[in-house]
Amino acid sequence: MITSRKIETRAATVNVLEGGEGPDLLFLHSAGGITAENPFLNALAKSYHVYAPQLPGYGDSGDSDNIHDMLEVTLHTFDVLELLGLNKPLLVGHSLGGMIAAEMAAIAPNDIDRMALICPAGIWLDAHPVPDIFTLLPRQFPEYMFHDAEAGRAMMAAGQGGNMNDPAFLIPFLVTNARQLGMAGKFLFPIPERGLKDRIHRIKARTVLVWGASDKLFPAPYAHAWKDSIAKSELVIIPEAGHMVPVEKTDATLAAIARLR
Amino acid sequence: MKFTWFNLMPWPDLPDDFRETNRSVWVDIDQALFDPARCHEVYADYLDLLEYADQLGYDGVGINEHHQNGYGLMPSPNIMAATLARRTSKAAVVVLGNSIALYNPPLRVAEEFAMLDILTGGRFVGGFPVGTSMDTNFCYGTIPGLTREKYAEAHELIIRAWTEKKPFAFNGRYTKLRHVNIWPNVLQTPHPPIHIPGGGSVETYDFCVDNTYSYSYLSFSGYLRAKALMDGYWKRVAERGVDNSPYRAGFAQTVFVAETDEEAERLYSEHAFYFYNRCLHVYPGFADAPGYRTIKTIQTGALNQYMRPTYTNLTWKDLVDGGYIIAGSPETVRQRFEELIKGLHVGNIFLLMHVGNMPKDKCAYSTRLFAEKVMPHLQNMWPEYADDGRFWCKPLAHRATPAPLGAAPQMVPAK
Repeated sequence: MITSRKIETRAATVNVLEGGEGPDLLFLHSAGGITAENPFLNALAKSYHVYAPQLPGYGDSGDSDNIHDMLEVTLHTFDVLELLGLNKPLLVGHSLGGMIAAEMAAIAPNDIDRMALICPAGIWLDAHPVPDIFTLLPRQFPEYMFHDAEAGRAMMAAGQGGNMNDPAFLIPFLVTNARQLGMAGKFLFPIPERGLKDRIHRIKARTVLVWGASDKLFPAPYAHAWKDSIAKSELVIIPEAGHMVPVEKTDATLAAIARLR
Repeated sequence: MKFTWFNLMPWPDLPDDFRETNRSVWVDIDQALFDPARCHEVYADYLDLLEYADQLGYDGVGINEHHQNGYGLMPSPNIMAATLARRTSKAAVVVLGNSIALYNPPLRVAEEFAMLDILTGGRFVGGFPVGTSMDTNFCYGTIPGLTREKYAEAHELIIRAWTEKKPFAFNGRYTKLRHVNIWPNVLQTPHPPIHIPGGGSVETYDFCVDNTYSYSYLSFSGYLRAKALMDGYWKRVAERGVDNSPYRAGFAQTVFVAETDEEAERLYSEHAFYFYNRCLHVYPGFADAPGYRTIKTIQTGALNQYMRPTYTNLTWKDLVDGGYIIAGSPETVRQRFEELIKGLHVGNIFLLMHVGNMPKDKCAYSTRLFAEKVMPHLQNMWPEYADDGRFWCKPLAHRATPAPLGAAPQMVPAK
């Protein structure tokens, strides 16, 4: 059972999804956002006491004009951790959330001792340019995000089906998109890299990198670049999974995270 | 009325199957379609036409800024304005405008506009667009969600640089300068008039009212479709309790003039088709980066119909009846312009007279007919606002003119 509550950081009102029994786990969501119904979040709650703060601009969190860049969102997330009274929780981040988690671990290496980064953003390889997600049309997302694009399409349609010509559907859809990706763009646009490569050597946390074998956003060379950059890291590549590995292969993702227990 | 002869400077050689074989005219347009030697000729023709418009008595000659764009060959309109400063003599040089969030530091715009103001002897009107998402976000990499904050900061810096007239320190988030003191500074007082191209953002209405700037709606979809948007602007102007001078607003309209309606279709239809069916082929993924529009603007709902107009396979009748273009005999064009000017309540008209792949001779013909047979009937449509000089330039009474070529060797210094 996932519940929600609001906390206030200097930057924004933050809606925190929370539930489950077990060790504390702070989950940082991807640019796609997260809801209480998210199957991966509910699966985590079976083994952990999970906290999933929504980024400003996402869901029931407020908007924030005080977050402009990577440092500000990183410090904001530390503020969330502090307000929740968490002490060295297991830190898990997916994609953009992984980028923020890695940044936290690089900035305060003694405060983060275990983390799982699920196909994180934050490194750029000239030889493997990341697709520009800001130019993708809604119908194109499944093919980039999922190993099984058809199954992904069905999953996405369940959440956002509607008639784009109907203002009653379109306007809220555009508002959500503008709030969420407007915030995510501060860290990901136009190149999802904000200098982590110059700080990543500072990370001391024992780190599990979880990667979908057919991730089309951050393909295999990215997995290895991360593995090579973090000293105490191991890489778990999950077959038949794309960038949405936590929902496509939930059990395998949980098993990879469990290596940190 | 103020009529500005405007040239987007389109590339005239996009292939017939451009729409079928290319994703977008903008941002990632194929380099193989570009030919620099051909562009040399195109620039010369386009500048000739702008200079011709000055000779025919248009109030202004207008240019704008686009990047990586097959229908706009002017990444730097200021370079074009500089050449026009020397070879025009009466018309305002209207740079509509510089996307001030893209310059680093934006002080560069304050400096270059000051130079243009001086070069033209005060025949200068400037503009500060936020810029399209294609230009601002996808070509120039500005973060969509920070674009407006960056714009606001750039605007503050430029206006202060023009008006404070003493060195100051500027501690912005995006620009930090210890000694702001541009030299040379603007000629017009307090600075050149500013027009703000907008596309329906409600915040822009207030910005124009707050600063006494003219709001310009620069669409290609014509005056009939502009009505709802312009009504929204005037409603806001009324709510703000300021006067409703028509010079608070401008509108861009594609126009073709011939001796008869039939001749207009015969001469110009292929060029209208080229523009509407080929030049406006923009990949939808480039149209609106999330975060570029404010939530408030999206929520008005007024925007959606303007966001992605589809221009496909429009016929001449579609274009004329739909008001995308105004075309025909001088009398037809005059009547439609009266409807436009009254209907939208606008004092500034940006005439898109060069369209698509129009050759120079046809464009000059249309340009002359408008100047001689249409414009004189429309010039005095707002007599009660004839003294409103707030939105137009104030040139020096006596301006330097270029010396005749070859004269220099005969000059003898005074003893």
